[in-house]
Amino acid sequence: MTKKKKLDKGSLITIIIAAALLIVTLVLENTINANSLLFTVIRKGAVYSLVAVSMNLLNGFTGLFSLGQAGFMLLGAYTYAILTIPTDIRDTIYYLYQGAGFRFSTVDFFKNIFGAEDTAGFVSMVLGVLIAIIAAGIVAAIFAFLIGLPVLRLKSDYLAIATLGFAEILRAIFQWDKLGKVTNGANALRGYPTFSDFNITDASGKIVFRLSSTIPLIIAGICIFVIILLINSSYGRAFKAIRDDEVSAEAMGISLEKHKSLSFCISSFFAGIGGALFAMFASTVQAKTFTSAMTYEIFLIVVIGGIGSVSGSCIASFLYIACSEWWLRFLDNTQYIGSFKVPLLRNGFRMVVFSVVIMIIVLFFRHGIMGNNEISDIFNRKKKKIDENGTEENKMHRRLTDNEK
Amino acid sequence: MEFVVSQILSGVSLGGQYALIAIGYTMVYGILRLINFAHGDLFMIAGIILVYASASLPLFISIPLMILLTVLLGFVIERAAYKPLRSAPRMSVMISAIGVSYLLQNLALYITGGQPKTYPRIPWISETITILGATTHIVTVVTPFLVIALVFALTMLINHTKIGIAMRAVAKDFETSRLMGVKINSVISVTFIIGSFLAAVGSVLYFTNYPTVIPMSGAMPGLKAFVAAVFGGIGSIPGAVIGAFIIGICETLIKGTDYSVFSDAFTFALLIVILVVKPTGIFGEKTTDKV
Amino acid sequence: MKKFFAILMALVLIVGCFASCGGNTAPDAGNDGEKVVRIGVFEPASGDSGAGGKKETLGMQYANSKFPTVNVGGEEYKVELVYADNGSDQSKAPAAAAELVGKNVSIVLGSYGSGVSIAASETFKNAGLAALGVTCTNPNVTAGNDHYFRICFLDPFQGTVLANFAADKFGAKKAYCLGELGNEYDQGLVSFFKTAFEAKGGTVVSDSFPTNSSDFSSYINKAKNEGCDVFFCPVSIAYATQIVAQSNSLGAKFPILGSDTLDDNMVLDAGKGTDIQLYVSTFYSEGGNAEFDAGIKEYINTNSEALAANGGNDTISAVTAMGYDAYCVALKAIEAAGSTDAGAIKTALAGVEYTGVSGEIKFDATGDAVRDTAYIKAADTANAAWKFETQQTAA
Repeated sequence: MTKKKKLDKGSLITIIIAAALLIVTLVLENTINANSLLFTVIRKGAVYSLVAVSMNLLNGFTGLFSLGQAGFMLLGAYTYAILTIPTDIRDTIYYLYQGAGFRFSTVDFFKNIFGAEDTAGFVSMVLGVLIAIIAAGIVAAIFAFLIGLPVLRLKSDYLAIATLGFAEILRAIFQWDKLGKVTNGANALRGYPTFSDFNITDASGKIVFRLSSTIPLIIAGICIFVIILLINSSYGRAFKAIRDDEVSAEAMGISLEKHKSLSFCISSFFAGIGGALFAMFASTVQAKTFTSAMTYEIFLIVVIGGIGSVSGSCIASFLYIACSEWWLRFLDNTQYIGSFKVPLLRNGFRMVVFSVVIMIIVLFFRHGIMGNNEISDIFNRKKKKIDENGTEENKMHRRLTDNEK
Repeated sequence: MEFVVSQILSGVSLGGQYALIAIGYTMVYGILRLINFAHGDLFMIAGIILVYASASLPLFISIPLMILLTVLLGFVIERAAYKPLRSAPRMSVMISAIGVSYLLQNLALYITGGQPKTYPRIPWISETITILGATTHIVTVVTPFLVIALVFALTMLINHTKIGIAMRAVAKDFETSRLMGVKINSVISVTFIIGSFLAAVGSVLYFTNYPTVIPMSGAMPGLKAFVAAVFGGIGSIPGAVIGAFIIGICETLIKGTDYSVFSDAFTFALLIVILVVKPTGIFGEKTTDKV
Repeated sequence: MKKFFAILMALVLIVGCFASCGGNTAPDAGNDGEKVVRIGVFEPASGDSGAGGKKETLGMQYANSKFPTVNVGGEEYKVELVYADNGSDQSKAPAAAAELVGKNVSIVLGSYGSGVSIAASETFKNAGLAALGVTCTNPNVTAGNDHYFRICFLDPFQGTVLANFAADKFGAKKAYCLGELGNEYDQGLVSFFKTAFEAKGGTVVSDSFPTNSSDFSSYINKAKNEGCDVFFCPVSIAYATQIVAQSNSLGAKFPILGSDTLDDNMVLDAGKGTDIQLYVSTFYSEGGNAEFDAGIKEYINTNSEALAANGGNDTISAVTAMGYDAYCVALKAIEAAGSTDAGAIKTALAGVEYTGVSGEIKFDATGDAVRDTAYIKAADTANAAWKFETQQTAA
């Protein structure tokens, strides 16, 4: 295609929608009741979309079936927490292990340079947090590289079970009391900056401007944007080639080993950042949270959104979190319609309904919400409709145009 | 001495229980190339059914009833959740399996109301005996023999009956066997029925030893049994059984040392080592990519 | 593509309807215009602490049936309990907490389990709500904040009490400690027990088991082999029932010591008819307050849901008594504040003094109840009942 650098209409609209949603969040946050569950859903949804997109990069775009996402999130969350807990409260948090073994805090480091008061303190906090988030990604990526050396030679299900196993091993290591000086063993890490620390306060500590739900959206948005750029680059095309046919990809001169490792590291890097964001969302970090059930949850989101669709993963994350945490909650309590007591409603019914909904989606909408299309494709559809009709051809066409570029 | 005997007894019995679950995994994988994540939860449901059935019925009725219901559930799961996806990509089928597992756990949670349930005492096998100074349940001693007997019967079935030949044919080549007139769907159903039956029998042995049933009871044994199946070479029944015994014994021995923290981690580490050295497990057949 | 878009829209529409239904369930005033004050019940109803959380909630419900109104500044207000299930899971706790905050509760009670309480703490803090912990015994719950209070004793105290009991009663020299891997509560208690027991000149062997374990025979064998005098396992109810049953089948002779979580009728049932020795430290012993005992037994036996929540019989768990006391303390605080405003209640709560069924309740500067004795109960395995053993102090 000729317009190489220019944005097509669909992408432009997508970006406008994303920006509009961001502004709506910002406005809502500062106008309506800030304790509404809506904001919990937005925060958790933002975190999960990033992790789901990172998993999609691996499973949907490179065709590597990995179930290790929770393990990399765990690494990211711990790295972030250990780097940012203020030094003066470390000993209370590590009380079981007679104080912390690791006494460096990025936030304190910047506070020593810029000062800890007012604006300078806020800037130091933001810088410290950003450094720690990036470090969280890097630690996860390094581990991914090391784990990838033996594991990436395995195929499909074997790869899945091996990565799942690695995540379980990591969890056991972080819970080991011999490492308690660093990881705090079974005890939770807490006291580090969370999303609510991004709210701007006046001198008396009163919140004047809320940012706590917008910040996770911004960070996750930037990361997802980077992943999209990557997918559309020559690396991204190599990944897709590997997914579609390993043997012919290799024959075309794509190094399987190098590209698989790269995709695995990048995916883990963003999963690590996702873990750091999750730590900020949950305000405590404990290894017990990062179970294989969490990986399955993220995998479900990827499939519901559509394997191979970034926008699908994002939409599915928000819908999934909203359903499980918010919209279906009334099913857990006895309800009355007039004076009629609705049967079956009691604790636990919400999750039964939720799992039935998931089964329906999996069975009847097997391509997920978006298939392998993006939001931008919907707006570009008119143009494409001239030369093809079905989704299969659409896919073929996209692959062809990708190759032409 | 007592300690060593006792540990080995525990390990062998645990391995035997894993083996019964692992056979279900390995047979389904052999035919459908599907990791049936719901298998461990089916095993848990079998436990819960017996808890509720035995509350109102005598054991000699409730145990066969439980086995029947579990087999029926296994059959229904296959028909409802896997059959519609026969032509779909493998990842969709696997996510359907995860969905079923999720559904069964939540259903169990809803029914039990989150309370742990005490498994009924089954006469004779839950009595205690003493072997070389180590006290244990009779079920511990019975398990390995029962497993061997069942595996023998299963091998006979697969090697010498019509349905067994059909199963082997389907496992070897799905499309060709269909062309040769094998009724694929009934073969798959029979596979699920056998797997569910073994899970139901396994649940009786397992919960007699560890008599509390919670909605998460199936998760760990399920995962361990799957690891055992992969370890032994998934698709191979003797492989699954040997893998299960190795995993069960290793796990028990590790728990007896100072590194008990890593008992689960060790299982996975062992698996990864085996996969890296011999990517298709101990008894797995070599696969070649067709270009 | 059009199809998918249509489905998406339909989905959004449907769930939108759900959302509005959900919103309607919390009207600001009662049905016939009477004034209402809401108390949030932040308890697990599912997950591995589900059974305990339900029993604690039961105490609050009983208290609510007994004292359904409260006098606020001269006016009678109806007290309404608002429930949120935290699923015993820290990743779900903030959302459950936010749900309570969104329903305009004035004070929060709970939770059973320290981890979820810590995870939700931040949400309550940002909303300016006071939270009153009922049986979350980990020091980190109240440390370093001014909004979390609790009416129970702390783990360092409980660990010490049990170590003293082991040494005094059994003259134990060697103890075996077993906790769930990665569980803050278990590992904390094991560590405090170890410190106190070693200070008394004993030695400790400790192990951790992975989450969702069922097989404890190796650990029990190991404890037997090491010649340990007591077996200390401060674990969740489901694990405790397994440990008791398996100790019996392996013929273990040592006494089993447990913390407040083991004070549960399911654990009793697991030991029924065996010769297991089981001792637990707890907040309340049945028989401590005859009026309360009679009242709650009647409540449980006349209400099928309550009976199910209590595990099918009417043995009173200490957590139920604690839930009852927590509700009463909350009412006291609302009365003292003379308003339904969360901030005023938070300030008033710190000064509340109350004599509950579990003893005197008074808060210190950190927000912990001042308590210096724990009850030790022994299991009467023949009748599946608890019998009072002794009152033990930390000294």
